[in-house]
Amino acid sequence: MSEELTQKLSELLREVTGFIYPNEVEIHWSILIVVYPYITGLVAGAFILASLVQVFNVREVQPTYRLSLLTALAFLLIAPLPLLLHLGHPERAYEIFLTPQLGSAMAVFGFVYLWYLMAVLLLEIWFEYRQNLVVWSRQEKPPMSWLHAALSLFSRDISERAVEFDHKAIRVITVIGIPSAFLLHGYVGFIFGSVKANPWWSSVLMPVVFLMSAIVSGIALVIFLYMVLTPLRGAQIDMKCLDKIASYLFYAVIVDFTLEGLDFIHRLYESEESIKILSTLVTDKLFISLWVIQILLGMLIPLAIMVAVKSLKFNDELRKLFYFVSVIMIQLGIFATRWNVVIGGQLFSKSFRGLTIYKMDVAGVEGLIVALGLLILPFIVLAILLKILPPWEATEAREGAVR
Amino acid sequence: MKIMNRRKFLKKAILFIPAVGVLRRLVGDAHGKATAEGYDPANHLYGMGIDIDKCIGCGLCIDACKNENNVPKEPFFCRTWVERYVIKKDGSVVVESIETGKEKGRQKTNEADILRSFFVPKLCNQCENPPCVQVCPVGATFATEDGVVLVDSKRCIGCRYCIQACPYGARYLHPETRTADKCTFCYHRIVKGLLPACVEVCPTQARIFGDLKSMASRLVRFKRTKRIHVLKPHLNTEPKVYYASLDGEVR
Ligand code: SF4
Ligand code: SF4
Repeated sequence: MSEELTQKLSELLREVTGFIYPNEVEIHWSILIVVYPYITGLVAGAFILASLVQVFNVREVQPTYRLSLLTALAFLLIAPLPLLLHLGHPERAYEIFLTPQLGSAMAVFGFVYLWYLMAVLLLEIWFEYRQNLVVWSRQEKPPMSWLHAALSLFSRDISERAVEFDHKAIRVITVIGIPSAFLLHGYVGFIFGSVKANPWWSSVLMPVVFLMSAIVSGIALVIFLYMVLTPLRGAQIDMKCLDKIASYLFYAVIVDFTLEGLDFIHRLYESEESIKILSTLVTDKLFISLWVIQILLGMLIPLAIMVAVKSLKFNDELRKLFYFVSVIMIQLGIFATRWNVVIGGQLFSKSFRGLTIYKMDVAGVEGLIVALGLLILPFIVLAILLKILPPWEATEAREGAVR
Repeated sequence: MKIMNRRKFLKKAILFIPAVGVLRRLVGDAHGKATAEGYDPANHLYGMGIDIDKCIGCGLCIDACKNENNVPKEPFFCRTWVERYVIKKDGSVVVESIETGKEKGRQKTNEADILRSFFVPKLCNQCENPPCVQVCPVGATFATEDGVVLVDSKRCIGCRYCIQACPYGARYLHPETRTADKCTFCYHRIVKGLLPACVEVCPTQARIFGDLKSMASRLVRFKRTKRIHVLKPHLNTEPKVYYASLDGEVR
């Protein structure tokens, strides 16, 4: 292991430009730490979309409400994995709970995570599905009926009063949930934004930028899932719903773009000690991932598409196509955003005199294959969740009732 | 001589106040370090002076440190290293670490082009206000009462947050233990009254180790007689490694 590492570092050393501190040859936070904020961002974004239905009573978005919740849960369950795998001693991870050093942003992760999982997501999903679970457990044959009965925690009351209580509970949880979602991801931004040693990270805007990009990616993901899953089960895509979510996405991208632009101009204008090395960083090492993928493909082109969709009257099919292409590009762009923050922040020396490079492993714990696996895993979890807690029936029944 | 007397005095003082002694011992044990009989961390505050004019870039300190502290021999893992600065007449600056420089093949600068050149030994600054301690999620990195920042390798989970947070590149992940590692001022030696290995081996006495709480220490004299400076003062980490004749180009 050590020899392999030494060989790798010797190779890297040859590609270092300028001067870096000797301990900086090794890039410490790898692709897994890119995946981690990407995934938590999706959680926060999907949840915030779901909350729109509850808090602002946006009827059109109702068809994606349960899907958003389950998406958030699926990704949240996987979120700690990249962190865990990246530790030098994963078997000691529980120390974060036993002996947390509360001054550390990272120590708070465990608590924010548990709070969000237990107090917000699981509760909200439980109340949302409770009535269905009871009904399902009565209608079905074992073993599904057992499972659903167990999931309902063996509650049986589906009287009007009980269901009314469920709805009230959901509203309360959502009100707590929104700030919690903000906390979950804003805090991930804080992990980076509070590192004063690193001028690329150190910024008060970091948590806010993280949050906005999280909302963008979460909404884009739910649109993607909705557009893929609905035809798969032979149903019709609700265009009113799609248009509405897409316009949320549009505004979120604009805010995100503005914030990042502000951050950029601010740095350029202040022109601190680090400006030279950061300019080299963005024009050289990060050229493709920042200018081409994050900004051009991930923001400008999707924005242009959505402006076109809004101003020109395309038919449904064309709109669907445009939305679909946009959300994929946006997703790519947000992944690049995470990459540029995490990897970009480690490519320059804290002596501001040189740059190193990051060569991603393919195999190995911190390699590409594991990273891809971690990105696919939430979809598998989601598939299982969708089987156990089908989100559609109730929505459609409810819609029918409204009509 | 003075130091010896102080130590004897301390020994007696602690014998007279057994309760305090027991408490201290407990604290010492909690930190997992064997300290010399009667050593009281409350009476010390360690720091180091670096006299840049004296450093000849021989690199003996690097070897001594690696041997003393089981630091991997490769030049990417350093508790201490030495940077070589060449400032040319056209204003450009060439910097390299003398170890990695060897590995990379040194670029020769034409002597006529050189304005000035010098060596700068670097190590953990044992900051008074250490960001590495602040960010450690499990408290594995901690500051001792006598002013040394240590890593408890039995508790460190290897998250590497501290490595990111150190502005000086003083930390690395030890490839064998998979935990964060960095200069300890040879804590196991200094609590016994010995000098850190790098200080002991330096042929020109470019490294000056001492106790800031003892007016008689060489370090206090060094601080009194030299114009001293610390690295990256604007980050408010309050380093306890003091440089004399530090050039503005050094970061
Ligand atoms: S120099 Fe770095 S490792 Fe040493 S105490 Fe300061 S911040 Fe921590
Ligand atoms: S790598 Fe170890 S010492 Fe450093 S912050 Fe993480 S747990 Fe603490």
